[in-house]
Amino acid sequence: MQIDHTLYMKRRIASQIGLALSMSAMAVGLAVLIWILYILFSNGLSALDLKLFTHDTPAPGTEGGGLRNAILGSLMIVTLTVLVSTPIGILAGIYLTEFGDESKTAELTRSVTDIMLSAPSIVLGLFVYAIAVSTVGNFSGYAGSLALSLIAIPVVMRTTENMLRLVPGSLREAAFALGAPRWKVSTMVTLRAAKSGVMTGILLAVARISGETAPLLFTALNNQFFSTNMGAPMANLPVVIFQFAMSPYDNWVRLAWAGALLITMTVLVLNILARVVFRDKVH
Amino acid sequence: MDQTSQLKNAIEVKNLNFFYGKFQGLKNVSMNIAERKVTAFIGPSGCGKSTLLRTLNRMYSLYPGQRAEGEINFYGQNILDKSQDLNLLRARVGMVFQKPTPFPMTIYDNIAFGVRLYETLSESEMDERVEWALSKAALWTEVKDKLGQNGLSLSGGQQQRLCIARSVAVKPSVLLLDEPTSALDPISTGKVEELVNELKSDYTIAIVTHNMQQAARVSDFTAYMYLGELIEFGETEQIFFKPKMTATEDYITGRFG
Repeated sequence: MQIDHTLYMKRRIASQIGLALSMSAMAVGLAVLIWILYILFSNGLSALDLKLFTHDTPAPGTEGGGLRNAILGSLMIVTLTVLVSTPIGILAGIYLTEFGDESKTAELTRSVTDIMLSAPSIVLGLFVYAIAVSTVGNFSGYAGSLALSLIAIPVVMRTTENMLRLVPGSLREAAFALGAPRWKVSTMVTLRAAKSGVMTGILLAVARISGETAPLLFTALNNQFFSTNMGAPMANLPVVIFQFAMSPYDNWVRLAWAGALLITMTVLVLNILARVVFRDKVH
Repeated sequence: MDQTSQLKNAIEVKNLNFFYGKFQGLKNVSMNIAERKVTAFIGPSGCGKSTLLRTLNRMYSLYPGQRAEGEINFYGQNILDKSQDLNLLRARVGMVFQKPTPFPMTIYDNIAFGVRLYETLSESEMDERVEWALSKAALWTEVKDKLGQNGLSLSGGQQQRLCIARSVAVKPSVLLLDEPTSALDPISTGKVEELVNELKSDYTIAIVTHNMQQAARVSDFTAYMYLGELIEFGETEQIFFKPKMTATEDYITGRFG
C-alpha cells in the first residue's frame, strides 16, 4: 500500500487542533468551577464554627448568631418535599414507561414535564404564592415545600422514566412469561432493576432543590426565630443567604457565606454520593 | 400431521398467520405439539421459529401492532380468543429466553416470585418447592448454601438454569425454550440439554434452536421453517435422515442457511 503522507499529516494536525480546542473548553469550565469554590471557601471557611448550629439568625445590629433555625427549616422543607415528590415522581415515571408508553396521555405528560423542568423557578414560586399563600393569608413552610415539589417531581419523574427504559425488555418479558400481572412486573422486577438509577434521580432532585431561592421567597419567606411550625413562615438557608449577603452588617455577611458554603458542600456530597454509592449495577 | 396422531396433543396450531404490523411473519402454519414430547423448531434466522414460539404463550400481545390470526388450541381451548386470560395462560405455558434473565432479587425469591403469584404456600411448603424446582434444574447442589444471594451473582450457565427452575417452579404444563443455550458455553449447554431430556417426562417442551445437532439430540419432533412457512414437520429421525423436502435436506446438510 502506498501511504499518502501529506494526507495523513493533515489528518493528524486536524485532530490535534480539535483536541486542543476541546481541552481548552474543558479548562475554562473547570477554572470557573474552581474559582467559585475558591471564593466560597475563602469567604465561608472562616465563618464556619459550631455556633452556626447552636445559635439562631441574629437580629439586626446584634453580634454573633448562627444559622440553626435556617438549617432546620431547610431540612424540614426539603424532607417534606422529598416525601411528597418521590412517590408521585416514581409512580408517574412507572406510568410513562410501563403503562402509557406511546399513548397520547403519556406523550402529553412527557411534554408537560419537559416544560415544568425548564420553567423558571420564580414563576413556580409565584404560582404557589397565588394558590397557597395569598388565599390562606400567611407564608408557610408547607407552601415552600409545595413550590419545591413542583421542581422536584419532574426531575424524579424523568430520571425514573429514563432509568426504567434502560431495563432490558427481556427482563420484563421473563416476568410476564411467569404470568405476572403488569403492576407486579413494574414494581417487583423493573423498578427493582432500576433501583440505583432511581435513587440517583432522587438525590439529584434534592441537590437541585436545596439551593432554590426564588420559590421560597414567595412561600416560606423567612423567620428570624427558631420554629418548627410548618404552617408559619419558616427560616431557610437560601433566603437567609439572599437577605444577609447584601446587608450592611458584617456578621450577617459572614453568616451568608457560611450558609452558601454549607449548601454547596451538601450538594457536592449528594452528587458524589449519587455517583459513587449508587453507581449503576444495572446489568 | 399423521406422525403425532397417535399421541395426545398439548397444542394444536391451525392455519396460523402472524403479522408484525404489515409484515407477515408466519404464513398459514399448522402443526401439533405432542404432550410430554420435545418439539424443536429449526430454520435460518428470520424464518419465524421464535415468532411461532411467542404465539404459544401470547407473548406478542405485549406489543401493539403484532397480531395473530387462526387457531391455537391448548388442550382444546383456543388461546387466541379475546376472552383468554393472558396471565393464567402464561402461568400454564412457561417460557425460557435466549439470554439468562434472573430477576434482581435473591436466588430464593427468583424461584418464589412466580409461585407466589398463583399459590398460597406456607413457609415450609415454599422451601420445599424452591428446593424441588432447583433440583429439577440441576442447580440445587450448587446454590443450596447461598439461596440468599442475588441471582445476578451466579455464572451465565447457572443463571440460565435458575431461569429454567423459575419456570418449572410454577408447574406449567408446557415449557417454551427460545434458544436457551445460545449464550452458554458447551458445558452449560450440555447440562441444559440433559435437563430438557429429564423434564420431558413431566412437561411438554417446545424448543427453538439454531443448532441442528442440538435439535437432533434433544427433540422427538422437528419442524423446519423458512420465510414464515412450515416447510416440513415430522419425527426428528425422519427429518434428519429421510427428509421429504429437498429444501429441508439442503438446510440440514448445510448446503443452505
